[in-house]
Amino acid sequence: MKRVRLGTGAGYSGDRIEPAVELAEAGDIRYLVFECLAERTIALAQQAKRRDPAAGFDPLLADRMAAVLPACRRNGITIITNMGAANPHAAGAAVAAVARSLGLGPLRIAIVTGDDVAEIIRARQDLIIEETGAPVASLGDSLVSANAYLGAEPIVRALKGGADVVITGRVADPSLFLAPLVHEFGWAADDWALMGKGTLVGHLMECAGQVSGGYFADPGYKDVPNLARLGFPIAEVAADGAALITKVAGSGGLITGATCREQLLYEVHDPARYLTPDVAADFSGVTITEAGPDQVRVDGGGGGARPGSLKVSLGYGDGYIGEGQISYAGPGALARARLARDIVAERLRIIGLPLREARFDLIGVDAIHGPELSAAAAEPYEVRLRVAGRTHARKDAERIGNEVEGLYTNGPAGGGGATKTAKEVIAVQSTLIPRDLVSPQVHMMEVRP
Amino acid sequence: MKLRDLAHSRTGDKGNTSNISVIAYRLEDYARLEAAVTVERVRRHLGALVQGEVVRYALPGLGALNFVLTRTLGGGVTRSLALDAHGKCLSSAILDLEIEASA
Repeated sequence: MKRVRLGTGAGYSGDRIEPAVELAEAGDIRYLVFECLAERTIALAQQAKRRDPAAGFDPLLADRMAAVLPACRRNGITIITNMGAANPHAAGAAVAAVARSLGLGPLRIAIVTGDDVAEIIRARQDLIIEETGAPVASLGDSLVSANAYLGAEPIVRALKGGADVVITGRVADPSLFLAPLVHEFGWAADDWALMGKGTLVGHLMECAGQVSGGYFADPGYKDVPNLARLGFPIAEVAADGAALITKVAGSGGLITGATCREQLLYEVHDPARYLTPDVAADFSGVTITEAGPDQVRVDGGGGGARPGSLKVSLGYGDGYIGEGQISYAGPGALARARLARDIVAERLRIIGLPLREARFDLIGVDAIHGPELSAAAAEPYEVRLRVAGRTHARKDAERIGNEVEGLYTNGPAGGGGATKTAKEVIAVQSTLIPRDLVSPQVHMMEVRP
Repeated sequence: MKLRDLAHSRTGDKGNTSNISVIAYRLEDYARLEAAVTVERVRRHLGALVQGEVVRYALPGLGALNFVLTRTLGGGVTRSLALDAHGKCLSSAILDLEIEASA
């Protein structure tokens, strides 16, 4: 039976670069997939594009391509990535420039667009925001971007057109992996069982190192070797959709039933209904079997008909967050940090800061899980006060950090290491859009030899 | 004993909703997890951290439970004021649950 080997080159925008090079050189793979677009990243990229029409794609794109293109060209590996973010055309031009500078032509680059649905959303203000139940109109002028999650179809089209590199904007993460399987095996787009199996592979692979021992180690309970040289995963997929998850021999990390089970449920709600643009995937009957060291067999994914609508991420301006931090250490650290916290809370009232929401954390004590779970813990040697607040205006956000910094000369004894930040918030909510309003397009670019 | 002795866990986030898996190291311990790690138990343990619903999905074939917690992430990673805006550390809170030592 025909098999295809896919590798994951990145699981997020800032991911390590060497593991992708290792896969391109020694992974014996046919496709290398880079998933670099988180929920909010595309809204930030849209803003960057508005300031500079040549910007708005992944900042590490050129570095990643320069690192992997030579080995990919040598070994006949096709690259698929959503690093196009808000500007796939400019990203394509950047890849072409890298290829030219390295003398790596001929190269065929496919650009997938059509995910930017801002104009459609502006014309359909009646669509309902999933999180609030309010119409899109409620966001008013604060809406900065609207991107629909595309499925595998336009990527399959690009691969059929002979693309060596496929660059997309917003595409559902597993679809980046499903597409080459559909292309290689000629799977029918309405064969829901196969779409479910391919989506299962994509879901396991999309976070790169998170299935091969990354984000897993818990010393004494779950030990993982050589995380500083973590190997990224390879999926060897058969024409019937069964897959073997593995990695390059000698790389760091670990692939076991446990690492695969953790990643299987990562960001999943109902395991029997994992919705993507391609399928309502069913992971409830998945089987995970260890076949050898760093070799795990995965099968049993299923699925039902794809949803009739596409999810859209709506990026909108949501004011500012101001933050300040300061540390206390040694005897009485906790009491001084608590005093500092109470002083800042009172100061924010005295200066009449128009706060929409505020939060006071003692890092090392209650910042992560709150005061209830941490109530019985022993007193720490050092504590860091963190004050964060939401405001409408930047200057108000800046005053939060200033009040924390002011503890140096106005607060308890021995405060040190004060820091302050103020940032604009682009928040994301989602809506659903009828599928037939979205028309994905594929454009081909050629780099001549 | 702690849940950590029987199971491992990973947290994921989508918008303002968190999901926390609880996965038995040994398949034979799954029934204990299913009996001990209930929706009520998780809700009580996490207290004010969960503002919305708690739903549990069972995957006996994988020895796993999946908890879905709505309105838990301060509006979601894109706008939350929390230091751990993804809620990634929630898995560690769950593993601190006390479990009856005898089977």
